[in-house]
Amino acid sequence: MSVAVTDADAAVADVPDGATVLIGGFGSAGQPVELIDALRRHGARDLTVVSNNAGNGDTGLAALLAAGLVRRILCSYPRQSDSYVFDRLYRDGRIELELVPQGNLAERMRAAGAGIGAFYCPTGVGTPLAEGKEQRTIDGRDYLLEFPIRGDVALIKAYRADGVGNLVYRKTARNFGPVMATAATTTVAQVTEVVPAGGLDPEVVVTPGIYVDRVVVV
Amino acid sequence: MTAEHAGRGPLDRDELARVVAADIPAGAYVNLGIGLPTVVGDHLPAGRGITLHTENGMLGMGPAATGDDIDPDLTNAGKLPVTETPGASYFHHADSFALMRGGHLDVCVLGAFQVSAGGDLANWHTGEPGAIPAVGGAMDLAIGARAVFVMMPLFARDGTPKVVEKCTYPLTGLACVSRVYTDHAVFTVDADGLRVRDTYGLTLAELRDRVGLPLRE
Repeated sequence: MSVAVTDADAAVADVPDGATVLIGGFGSAGQPVELIDALRRHGARDLTVVSNNAGNGDTGLAALLAAGLVRRILCSYPRQSDSYVFDRLYRDGRIELELVPQGNLAERMRAAGAGIGAFYCPTGVGTPLAEGKEQRTIDGRDYLLEFPIRGDVALIKAYRADGVGNLVYRKTARNFGPVMATAATTTVAQVTEVVPAGGLDPEVVVTPGIYVDRVVVV
Repeated sequence: MTAEHAGRGPLDRDELARVVAADIPAGAYVNLGIGLPTVVGDHLPAGRGITLHTENGMLGMGPAATGDDIDPDLTNAGKLPVTETPGASYFHHADSFALMRGGHLDVCVLGAFQVSAGGDLANWHTGEPGAIPAVGGAMDLAIGARAVFVMMPLFARDGTPKVVEKCTYPLTGLACVSRVYTDHAVFTVDADGLRVRDTYGLTLAELRDRVGLPLRE
């Protein structure tokens, strides 16, 4: 099935208030800045954002937070040298934080996309992040029960798409994109170029088009 | 038996990084944490076939990028620009952490606030009121790599030892540290606690006096 190729504003126009939005990127690498900017202009409020970091400087994710549109964020590493927008909101009690170890963040979204109900993971046993989680010993090792993270929409950045939504990425900008693409009801990918179906080598496709609903060329 | 290098030390960060680098086996897959451990990458001996992993989805990471080699799509765990080496590969985050958690990395080198005599690690959060917690991949690495090397100053700025009976900072992982590399000593950790492999700039007796823990030779 051919993928919808649209502009950034149209691609996020149906994101409702209260949506859970998975946002790709590791710092600035792979952050879909143009899609985030469109989401900010769209103005949906009370959002839950899932992203590895909580924004850098004043652009992209940081600008979305600064606009007051995000109620809650799930991330592994909010604190950075230039995360002052998040830092202020957090200290003022204007944003909720669920801190998730980075591997759990990825695996919980992978589980959502793969139809897994929950999984036992050794990360965080004996730490403050284990509080409230079911613990189980399997073959002598301790694990915590972790639940999937599903998104209503995923905003990701890839390098190139083809006409059916297959995606390839570039270097470490790949990061969370392929996992988030599987875990959301609607996945929007911003890319530098869309080539006709057949224009990507099927052997190197990273995200198959079945996971991709909308493509935006920026 | 402890090797005392009383006339050499305390080690500066490059000297310490060289000690860590010399202990990384040939052919190893290694993750270097952000901060002090990154310096180890500058001192890995050439020709040993050591492959660096970065949690944001790459094996075969090369040195820091400069000038025209800087590519915003190619960064390390500290979000700094790096390069790729021949044979490098890229993969997504779930795969990257699967290889960490799944015991496929031979060694990781992490910074720390504290390490306990039992090998507990505290390196992600001071727990102070108002401090913003950030964990990143530290907990996954701590429980995932086959050997966890900690690299840190032995004493905090207030002079208290960072090797402790029991961590007072929030934990990153339980009984996960295998060695502790510091400016004043190298420790190995096993079920019986800490053993001092080397001292730098002081004797074992002086070290025991300053650390105040049972330390085996």
